[in-house]
Amino acid sequence: MATAPQADIDAPISDRAKTHAETMVIRFAGDSGDGMQLTGGQFTLSTALAGEDFATFPDFPAEIRAPQGTTFGVSAFQINFGANGIETAGDEPDVLVAMNPAALKVNVGDLRPGGLVIIDSGEFSARNLAKAGYASNPLEDGSLAKWQVMAFDISRQTLEAVKPFGLGNKEALRCKNMWTLGLALWMFDRSRAPLIDWLKGKFSKNPLLAEANAAALNAGHAYGETAELDGPLKQFAVDATEAAPGFYRTVTGGESLALGLVAGAKLANLPMFFGSYPITPASPILHALARLKEFGVTTFQAEDEIAAICSAIGASYAGQLGVTSSSGPGIALKGEAMGLAIITELPLVIVNSQRGGPSTGLPTKTEQSDLYQAVYGRNGDAPLVVLATRSPSDCFEVAIEACRIAVQFMTPVMVLTDGYIANAAEPWRVPDMAAFAPFPVRFHTDVPTSGHINPYARDPETLSRIWIKPGTPGLTHRIGGIEKGVKTGNINYEAANHQEMTDIRRTKVANVARAIPFQTVDQGPERGRLAVVGWGSTYGPIRKAVQRARAKGADVAHIHIRHIWPLPTNLGDLLRGYDKVIVPEMNTGQLKTVLRDQYLVDAQPLSKVSGQPFKIAEIEAAIETALG
Amino acid sequence: MNAPARITVPADWATDQEVRWCPGCGDYAILKAVQRTMPEIGTPPEKTVFVSGIGCSSRFPYYMETYGFHTIHGRAPAVATGVKLANPELDVWIITGDGDGLSIGGNHMFHLLRRNLDVQVLLFNNEIYGLTKGQYSPTSRVGTRSPSTPFGSVDRPASPCSFALGAGARFIARTVDTAQKAMPDILKRAHAHKGTSFVEIFQNCIVYNDAVFDAFTDKKAAPDHQLHCVHGQPLLFAGGTKGLAFDAATMTVSVVDLVEGETAVVMVHDETNRIMAQLLIDMPFGPFPMALGVIWCSPAPTFDAAVVEQNSVVAAGKPADLDALLRKGQSWEIASKDFHAV
Repeated sequence: MATAPQADIDAPISDRAKTHAETMVIRFAGDSGDGMQLTGGQFTLSTALAGEDFATFPDFPAEIRAPQGTTFGVSAFQINFGANGIETAGDEPDVLVAMNPAALKVNVGDLRPGGLVIIDSGEFSARNLAKAGYASNPLEDGSLAKWQVMAFDISRQTLEAVKPFGLGNKEALRCKNMWTLGLALWMFDRSRAPLIDWLKGKFSKNPLLAEANAAALNAGHAYGETAELDGPLKQFAVDATEAAPGFYRTVTGGESLALGLVAGAKLANLPMFFGSYPITPASPILHALARLKEFGVTTFQAEDEIAAICSAIGASYAGQLGVTSSSGPGIALKGEAMGLAIITELPLVIVNSQRGGPSTGLPTKTEQSDLYQAVYGRNGDAPLVVLATRSPSDCFEVAIEACRIAVQFMTPVMVLTDGYIANAAEPWRVPDMAAFAPFPVRFHTDVPTSGHINPYARDPETLSRIWIKPGTPGLTHRIGGIEKGVKTGNINYEAANHQEMTDIRRTKVANVARAIPFQTVDQGPERGRLAVVGWGSTYGPIRKAVQRARAKGADVAHIHIRHIWPLPTNLGDLLRGYDKVIVPEMNTGQLKTVLRDQYLVDAQPLSKVSGQPFKIAEIEAAIETALG
Repeated sequence: MNAPARITVPADWATDQEVRWCPGCGDYAILKAVQRTMPEIGTPPEKTVFVSGIGCSSRFPYYMETYGFHTIHGRAPAVATGVKLANPELDVWIITGDGDGLSIGGNHMFHLLRRNLDVQVLLFNNEIYGLTKGQYSPTSRVGTRSPSTPFGSVDRPASPCSFALGAGARFIARTVDTAQKAMPDILKRAHAHKGTSFVEIFQNCIVYNDAVFDAFTDKKAAPDHQLHCVHGQPLLFAGGTKGLAFDAATMTVSVVDLVEGETAVVMVHDETNRIMAQLLIDMPFGPFPMALGVIWCSPAPTFDAAVVEQNSVVAAGKPADLDALLRKGQSWEIASKDFHAV
């Protein structure tokens, strides 16, 4: 067993390692074929079962199987866990597990100085070092001196552990991730039983593989016990959360959004039609809904993005709740059809799981750069409602809110989520459906006593038009993308009519602001020196950064906006109560522009477009700078 | 559904909207034929939906007193798919043109046909872009002079029926805008067919492409140049003096002159024979007549029925318990605030 040179700097890990840590950040990194996402997912399960709060960040390459051993094929899974109030996946890992040289090279720079890196030295052959671009072996050249290194031959350990099962070399090595998981379970004193149950289920058709994987898991765990004596490897006791009582589950943003859509359709008392075309990172929503037929969900994998939204519009026209989902490039293709839904005033929910752009951009990396596209991105004066989710569990409520607004106002609603939220998991205190007020749809069935029905007849309050289901006797009518007469619903090209219809569409969407909650301040004072205003998945890092700054006495508040368009009616006054406003966004300043335009406030951008979420420290630094 | 069908007359199917096609446009004749046929089909107007894209033909729904959706360019098949899947009881008709259906919307048309959604497609083929003022279209013949091809188009045209057959259509028919006698029967057959019924209608654009089909639609030319395909009947034209014969050795068709009414060498139309359909569609006009009527009809399972069936089979016996669904997966319970995991 190779042991690392002891770090010659202060060893902060030993402070934590003695017994106790409030929170820990661990990152599993390996080749994309090494099963790191699976390892991370199962470690998350064990974290949940241990009663700890957590947030995860799966980070994987766009290539399904990039060439083995290369840096661009590295797949990683990070989890931050421990006591209450985990809001992000953590700025820097305390522990890094690197399954090969490439994984080490890509990830070790993020590791906290003094942090622990566990390395499979069995993979550090000259060939693998060369593939990762290492000129010399980092295990021998001292370049890892600022970290504590535990390097040992995980590959060989695994092969020995699974030897009795007579697997081929390749199959046997596939059990490496379970060996590693076993070691991690030991480090955090977790029960192995649920994982062994899970393995039995996963390999129910091949019990030999289940046993081999379990043996690898047990061997990793046993290795920890014996190795503890003579190296930096320590057991950690991480605080559990003091969460509110209730029923909890882990949920990713994709799952939560799908569940929210199902719930929203049920509250509207409508079957749901979901038209979608596969695209990263939006596809998990399609996958989840495709299994839920008993909830009145029809999923349709269309031939392209345009057909996906058009079929959803057709379904809404026919009386179901039409929903479509995509990511930025697909949303761009849907633009013209969104205009059709706007001018025909049909309910429609459009989910945009944002990713790095423009064009194909960074398919598997996160960004929130489609805000302009959502609010402004169509031909003509084409207003629709835009909502943003801030975390995986938040997707549930936002999806319900989108369904409510869509049917109550007969309008398309776009939900902005992102690649980080879509894939990240967190604990979710599952709500009781009885707690949600239903908003059942009433289709129009009254036949006029004389003349033809005007399909653009409206509720005077909301300006929402009537919704007539084809099949209803006496109410045949035609709608379409050509401008229609305010009073008849027939084609109308008159100047005054177009002015009036444009004004109606604008006012109708603006009126949604009256049907949404006032903007609240997430933490901090309602007036003061500085407001940090965010939207979407920056919630976690902003919340933590503001907490830390406030703990040091800074006069700073956090405002997080769910209703992007229309904005809450009190937001302008609220923002004017602060001397300064900064807007951290994973784009070059899009919400900033909207806030400036709407309220003439001097909102200052804090931009990050690296494909990675904000670190808490980055926002903390911006707060310090802003407060001088 | 079980109530006796209400008796309607053609006037019940016309809206009060002024028809805005150019005087003399072939679309008028098609509209008239459709309005005349709908009472015979018997579906009530409120259970009928016309969905169209963009172009002259796509204004059609505004003139039909049914439910109607004038959508965006090329996308009528996609919108119609949503309509039909959301409510399979509706009779859905798609109105499109050569540009709408085969150029900007060619992809959707392909997938509609391969899926075999139970709808009717009426593709008005006038071999020109009318509404944008006369540019050549994907069905325009090589050499078509238009504002965008002042020296004549150089790209080869698509054959709508050949495209449909290749895409997997199970019903293909062809007719002419002025064929007021033949068209109602074709529309009725199209409606009766379960699956996507693809009907190409040669439609004269009097302004930008007048008389482009005269070689076979002109009254004098029609008898010698139109071949009316009738299932089970010999493929004859020119007043029964000519017919199509098949040469098995070369796998080709040829025109034969009939001697004393002897039809033994003439092929008998079998609308369920895909190879015959291919020959009838692909034989070049000029040396051969233009095949009209129901060329191919071979029903297959429809997309909407398959979706409905899978939805019900998979859902059968599963309670739609949303609270239970939310609680699926990796879960745990925290009993009180004093809870600490060990």
